[in-house]
Amino acid sequence: MIYLDNAATTRVAPEVLESLLPYMAENYGNPSSIYQLGAASRRAVSGAREAVAELIGADAEEIYFTAGGSEADNWALKATAEAYGNKGRHIITTKIEHHAVLHTCRYLERQGFEVTYLDVDRDGLVDPDAVRAAIRPDTILISVMSANNEIGTIEPIAEIGGIARERGIVFHTDAVQAFGQIPIDVKEMKIDMLSASAHKLNGPKGVGCLYIRKGLKIGSFIHGGAQERNRRAGTENVPGIVGFGTAAARAGRIMEEKSGRERELRDYLIARIEKEVPYCRLNGHREKRLPGNVNFSFFFIEGESLLIRLDMEGICASSGSACTSGSLDPSHVLLAIGLKHEEAHGSLRLSLSEENTKEELDAVVEAVKKNVSLLRDMSPLYEDFVKNKKEAYHV
Amino acid sequence: MYSEKVMDHFSNPRNMGEIENASGVGTVGNAKCGDIMRIFLDIDDDGIIRDVKFKTFGCGAAVATSSMATELVKGKTVQEALNVTNQAVMEALDGLPPVKVHCSLLAEEAIHAALWDYAEKKGIVIEGLKPPKHDIHEEEPAEEY
Repeated sequence: MIYLDNAATTRVAPEVLESLLPYMAENYGNPSSIYQLGAASRRAVSGAREAVAELIGADAEEIYFTAGGSEADNWALKATAEAYGNKGRHIITTKIEHHAVLHTCRYLERQGFEVTYLDVDRDGLVDPDAVRAAIRPDTILISVMSANNEIGTIEPIAEIGGIARERGIVFHTDAVQAFGQIPIDVKEMKIDMLSASAHKLNGPKGVGCLYIRKGLKIGSFIHGGAQERNRRAGTENVPGIVGFGTAAARAGRIMEEKSGRERELRDYLIARIEKEVPYCRLNGHREKRLPGNVNFSFFFIEGESLLIRLDMEGICASSGSACTSGSLDPSHVLLAIGLKHEEAHGSLRLSLSEENTKEELDAVVEAVKKNVSLLRDMSPLYEDFVKNKKEAYHV
Repeated sequence: MYSEKVMDHFSNPRNMGEIENASGVGTVGNAKCGDIMRIFLDIDDDGIIRDVKFKTFGCGAAVATSSMATELVKGKTVQEALNVTNQAVMEALDGLPPVKVHCSLLAEEAIHAALWDYAEKKGIVIEGLKPPKHDIHEEEPAEEY
């Protein structure tokens, strides 16, 4: 098997697994309990909190563990709307956010909030000037992702953070894809809230966090207990949190080496596909790009068909086609960067890890070449293109 | 998520290709929604479908339903082909996931569109055949949040 879907989830690293297992077996105490067994869990959670905080230059007490990135996004947006709703009812975000942000914004619109969804350019970049221009006297929140999950484009977060701080507007970033992959410093980048998820950095699933800058008046999201400084009730997912801590410490330790290796593999894969597969387009920014992200549209074919064929050859990948989204529309991200529907349907995301090898990528290129060509032979769009040679494809 | 039959027809599609100077060609679907199906029919003077080919841009279910639909109409009369419903295509494939049911509608529509083209070329009327809807997704409900 060749696993190229690390943006979906990653394998738990051996040191992560080793660190969390005792908290499922012998150290099962509730961190809220007074006796020593509980204290051991409490210490473990607090150690993990420090490790997670350190990775983004935050203080430990600014980290609130959640059940994952989606919960953190929901919390950040809904609680800000609630806390600042008297001050204003306008929110700024972008068209390429994860659904955890977009659908929460739709929900808030139904509660009477107004949301501006900023456009991005063809590479998926948000223009900080557009953020500035969208600000109104009643704007209470700006939420822009650190890096996009589909096309890997890294957004100018520090600039947007600077604009938000200068205007006194809360700035949230969904850093689920960027956290642990590229350097983030919440103080330097003037980030007020940040969402992260453990399973994207070789940690366990079902655990994440929301960073909330000290002094920010954000209410509780889950009520019912004093956990997480009264802000997130529920007995802590101790093994998950411990694993998250280990994964964060590991990510910080290996970031430079890991990202260097991934960039090399990524650029090799991009170069081979661009050279050897006709009628394709690299989606996302060429340089301002997550180290492990490769995303192509192969014109005249549909992504799910390609995914199944690659799966038959043992290759795990992902697509932005409608058929993989469970709806009839292809990825909103690919449409936002200006792709035509049929180009968006033909997208393939290959997200690497530092463990992939050039040999694996060579096998993937061969499989992609073969199957794209086979699906094109089957495609009425390709037939029309070959016969007419005048379709307005970007080729 | 797909049945073995669907996977079989997807990995080894039957009757994939084109027919030159076909008696009837029908293309339905919409690139916007991610599937386009084209059916080529070769119909003899007795109204028997001697050969049928397809080309499809679409997901695994779209390819498999195209393939199965061609199998179901091959060697049949025009009237029999008209009675091959999306239900029949789905059953022959041992079912489809709910979100993929529209793919089987597309196969039925593509055959009807090819038969319509044949009738027009021949200047005949096929009883019970309605003009093709080229875009079957027009009435799909909007996504809910």
